[in-house]
Amino acid sequence: MRDLTTPPRSRLERVLRSGRFAVTAELDAPDSADPNDVYQNALVLAEVCDAINATDGAGANCHMSSMGCCALLTRAGYEAVLQMGCRDRNRIAIQGDLLGAAAMGVRNVLCLTGDDVSAGDQPEAKRVFDLDSIQLLQVARMMRDRGVLLSGRKLRTPPQFFLGAVENPFAPPFDWRPLRLEKKVRAGAEFIQTQYCFDVPRLQQFMRRVRDLGLHERVYILVGVGPIRSHKAAEFMRDRIPGVWIPDAVIQRMAKTPKAQQAEEGKRICIEIIQQVREIEGVAGIHVMAYRQEEAVAEVIQRAGLLPRRPRRDWDRISRMNRMDQVIQTTKTNSVDFVHSV
Amino acid sequence: MVTHMKEARRMPGAEWLKNHPRWLERAYLLSKRAITKAYPVMKRIHPRFANWLMVRSEKVLKGWVFNCQMCGQCILHSTGMTCPMNCPKNLRNGPCGGVRPNGHCEVIPEMPCVWVQAWERSQKMLIFADDIKVIQPPVNRTLQDESAWVTMIEGRDVQTPKGWG
Repeated sequence: MRDLTTPPRSRLERVLRSGRFAVTAELDAPDSADPNDVYQNALVLAEVCDAINATDGAGANCHMSSMGCCALLTRAGYEAVLQMGCRDRNRIAIQGDLLGAAAMGVRNVLCLTGDDVSAGDQPEAKRVFDLDSIQLLQVARMMRDRGVLLSGRKLRTPPQFFLGAVENPFAPPFDWRPLRLEKKVRAGAEFIQTQYCFDVPRLQQFMRRVRDLGLHERVYILVGVGPIRSHKAAEFMRDRIPGVWIPDAVIQRMAKTPKAQQAEEGKRICIEIIQQVREIEGVAGIHVMAYRQEEAVAEVIQRAGLLPRRPRRDWDRISRMNRMDQVIQTTKTNSVDFVHSV
Repeated sequence: MVTHMKEARRMPGAEWLKNHPRWLERAYLLSKRAITKAYPVMKRIHPRFANWLMVRSEKVLKGWVFNCQMCGQCILHSTGMTCPMNCPKNLRNGPCGGVRPNGHCEVIPEMPCVWVQAWERSQKMLIFADDIKVIQPPVNRTLQDESAWVTMIEGRDVQTPKGWG
C-alpha cells in the first residue's frame, strides 16, 4: 500500500483508503456497436457501486472491448476499471492500450492473464500470452513510476494508474496462492479481485495465510461474489467457466429449490456470502459479477445493506441523470455528435 | 495422450526424474560448470559445429526429460525443474486462475497443471527451493530455438529490456 499522504490516483483508491467497505461491479460488455447498450447497464450499476469494471473478452468470448466500454464510461463521468488481459495482445499492443486508456481518463487497471481461447466461442483463435499477468503488472508499474516503456523509451506524460490484479483462492495449488499473491504485490498490485467465492471456509483459510504474510496491509482485497440465476446456471458455471469452484452443498441447495424460486435463492446465497465475507479481517470490499443480470446485482447490493454507496448531494445525482439522458438522446440522433457532446 | 498439443508430450521415465528434483539440481550445477568450461574451447575449434552440437544435445536431452520447448532462456531451476513453457499459456510466474479442482490444466484437461507440479517439486528441492518466488522477466522471443546453454554462457538469457526494472 502506498504512502497514505500521497494523493489517491483514482476514486476507487480513495474509497479503499477511507476504510469503507468497497463495492465494485462488473459490466458485461455488449455484443453491439451502440454506446447506449453500455450506458443502460452502467446506469443500473453506477448507483450501487464505487467503480464499474468492464470485462475484456470474458471467458474468451468476443464482446465490445474493455477499452471501448471504459472510454464510454469515463466520458460520462463514471469510475471505470479497465481489464487488461494477456490472451489477445502482445507487449506492444498492451503498452499502447495502457497509454490510450490513460488518455481516455481510465485510472484503474486490472491486470490479468485471461481465460484460454479454448473456453470461448472462437477456439480456433491464436493464443498470444506474450506477457503473463505479473509481467504485465510490472510493465504497467514501470510506465507509471519511471515513465518509460519496456524498451526504455521515455514517456512525455506517464499514465497514472491504480493497479489491480486477480487471484483465485479456490484453485490449486492452495498453499502457493498466498505466496503468489505476494509476488503480485511485489510486481505492483495495489488491489486484488478474487474469482467467484462460493466457498467461504476456503476463503477464510486463504485470508489467514494472507494475514500471516502481512499482505492485507499492503494490498486491498476485493472478494468476487455473484448471484446464481438457476440450478442449471450453477452447474454450467462449475463445469464450463475456468476457475469457478462451487461446492456441492450450494449446487444441492439450488437443486432443492423449485424452479420459480431459484433466482431468489441464488440472490439469498449471494447475500449470505457477502455478510460472511465482510466479517473476515483483511477483506476491503466485494466485486459483484453476474452475467447479464445488472438488476440482480443492484438488488443484491441493496439487500446486503451496502447502500448508499456515496454520500452524494441530490443535485449531483440529478445533474448526472440529466446528463445521461442528454447523452442517450444525442447518441440516438447522431453518434458522431456524441463525441463532442460530453 | 489424447491431445495433439506439443505441451502435453511426456517421455517415459521423465516424470520419475522430475519428481526427484534433487538429482536434477545437482545435475544442473555440474552441467553448468562443465559447459562453461568446455564450450569456449569447442567454439575456438569450430564455432558453427559447437553451436550445432549444443542445440542438438539440448533438444534431445532436455526434450526427453523436460519436454523442452527451446525458449533459449532456461529457468528450470527456479520452477521446480518443470518447464514453464509446457504451460499452454506460457506463464513464467506461476499458475493462472483456471486450474481445475483436480489440479489439471484448464486448456489440456488430461495434463496435470505444470505449475501445480512445479510447486510440489520446488518444495522438495534443497538448493533452489526459494527461486520459485523470483519475478521472471518477459520472455525474449528472439532466443527461441537457440541453445539455452549458449545464451547462458554469453549472458544473453538474463538480459532484460531497459524499461523492465
